[in-house]
Amino acid sequence: MSTTTADETDLVQLLTPEGVRVEHPEYEFTGSDEEIAGHLRDMVLGRRLDTEATALQRQGELGLWASLLGQEAAQVGSARALGPNDVVFPTYREHAVALCMGVDPIDLLGLFRGVDMGGWDAEATRFRLYTLVIGAQTLHACGYAMALERDGLVGNGTKAEDAAVVAYFGDGATSQGDVNEAFVFASSYNAPVVFFCQNNQWAISEPMSRQSRIPLYQRSLGFGFPGVRVDGNDVLAVRAVTERALERARNGGGPSLIEAFTYRMGAHTTSDDPSKYRLADELETWRLRDPIERVRALLRTSGSVGESFFRDLETEADDLAADLRRRCVQLQGPGLRSLFGNVYGEQTEYLAAQQQAYAEYADSFEMEAGSR
Amino acid sequence: MTTLTMAKALNAGLRRALEADPKVLLCGQDIGKLGGVFRITEGLQKDFGEHRVIDSPLAESGIVGTAVGMAMRGYRPVVEIQFDGFVFPAYDQIVSQVAKLRFRTQGRQSMPVVIRIPFGGGIGAVEHHSESPEAYFSHTPGLKVVTCSTPSDAYWMMQQSIASDDPIIFLEPKRRYHDKGEVDVDATPLPLHQATVAREGTDVTLLAYGPMVRTCLDAAAAAEEEGRSLEVVDLRTLSPIDTATVVRSVQKTGRAVVVHEAQQNLGLGAELSARITEHCFYSLEAPVLRVAGYDMPYPPSRVEDEYLPDLDRVLDAVDRSLAH
Repeated sequence: MSTTTADETDLVQLLTPEGVRVEHPEYEFTGSDEEIAGHLRDMVLGRRLDTEATALQRQGELGLWASLLGQEAAQVGSARALGPNDVVFPTYREHAVALCMGVDPIDLLGLFRGVDMGGWDAEATRFRLYTLVIGAQTLHACGYAMALERDGLVGNGTKAEDAAVVAYFGDGATSQGDVNEAFVFASSYNAPVVFFCQNNQWAISEPMSRQSRIPLYQRSLGFGFPGVRVDGNDVLAVRAVTERALERARNGGGPSLIEAFTYRMGAHTTSDDPSKYRLADELETWRLRDPIERVRALLRTSGSVGESFFRDLETEADDLAADLRRRCVQLQGPGLRSLFGNVYGEQTEYLAAQQQAYAEYADSFEMEAGSR
Repeated sequence: MTTLTMAKALNAGLRRALEADPKVLLCGQDIGKLGGVFRITEGLQKDFGEHRVIDSPLAESGIVGTAVGMAMRGYRPVVEIQFDGFVFPAYDQIVSQVAKLRFRTQGRQSMPVVIRIPFGGGIGAVEHHSESPEAYFSHTPGLKVVTCSTPSDAYWMMQQSIASDDPIIFLEPKRRYHDKGEVDVDATPLPLHQATVAREGTDVTLLAYGPMVRTCLDAAAAAEEEGRSLEVVDLRTLSPIDTATVVRSVQKTGRAVVVHEAQQNLGLGAELSARITEHCFYSLEAPVLRVAGYDMPYPPSRVEDEYLPDLDRVLDAVDRSLAH
């Protein structure tokens, strides 16, 4: 099986790469044209944030950046399917999800600039911290979902109360023990968790075929819950499929797996060089399936927004990028002194002594400098 | 005051914690109907329900990883790892997630998770069932590590660990599970992270914890018959170490022998030795000596008696200390 083409019979698609809406026997996008325009906005802003962050890394302002280029529809479609109580456990690439959830994008840059390990309030935003240990967060998501159930927030039939969890991960992560254990736990306890796999075809240099001999969405069947493969570059289909899975989870129907079939258009991170392991042809094929262009085409054809919408959106995106750049270069590290207090709830005497010794040591330089 | 085995005292401590706080959950393999392979959780699922005393799938990383998620939602999970040698599949979740989450969130996210691990040898078990992994966890910032040596400590320290907002590795000396002792449920317990002098003496300080406290007390009793006065310090808390209690004792005796089952190289004995040297340099009459497991994987059980520190090896080290 080719790693970069999905069998069309098992791929849920509601918007073709050419921007034509198509019907699917099971899934339907019921949102308004305004919402479609909103999804385009989310994707454009996500891509602009990503482009700016990549540039900031190239200019030495970030230590590293993990690009989402090409995965905008998978991220925005799933994020916009979330209900008011749903909680997200991301990897380290879900920048567009973060934007949709109201995370200030500057807080995403802190981790990559090396000033913190995620500066946003995970509780308030319902967007948990990025997790760099591949797949570890899927277990946290599962435990959180089990806790929701214990809190009586699953299957009440009230949208105001019921909640579910989305665990994001990639194709490489499906080989991890933690992800498979999360599948087992979620299935065993019927936990309200949606496993959202962005299959972007590459785990750094390793193609999908190295991780799995069967389509990833079919893995779920072995664990006892449904799986579906969706065109990850089709924001309408991703939203429809994720909404269905979340509703099922919130209603007490248990976990499900979504494989968003997409493509990592950029490098794994700014440290990576994809020219060493993949062909330019493949990239070109996927460029024709761009998640943003097809929505632009749809909106232009339908005429539901005027040309000024697109112009204003470009301006908004550039403003976002400029603001991000301005704030990024000002981001300073917190200083070692302030970190000693973050290790324990009740600090140990031993660490307190180290904190004091460090402060005295550091102060001695300042006093020396002051006396000169 | 009641007389309980350590196993029953742990059970009573867990029960009291479950009663005191509805957010306390127990998770682990076989902890429900069976009550755990050592019966530490016996009867708890029956009384508190399957939603609070949770039989988990057979996956250690999953047990700890889901506990992290539950803690993020305000629960206080107490997980059971069935045996010491089976904690390693969960090592990543413990070291990279449980231990670091508070730090990674600038102090916002507490991780009140207790990870119970029956540890140590001396029960004639097959491989992977007799290990002492305390140094791995004591080395990890963000974790706290404790171990009990008496039923009374088992009862109180379990409740204190569950009440702690920091993650606790709770090591249970499995060969002492059936030792009996007095438990006063109305007493005011020692603070969790404090060592105690289990026996006073003047000639040499024995520093021990968990299963080796009993061994050292026996050694001290035997030494007394030869006119030697050994002080036994029960560390109780391995991270943080209660340095002050250790230093007070060694400044008095001038000699220290550290005793643990874990392999010697870079074990707790190394850290204790360093701290004693830093704080007691001018009081020391002899180098700090260590009686520990030899630096090999835990051996087959037919030879564990030769491998494990026992009364004779402790007294031999005492002789060497006094010979200086």
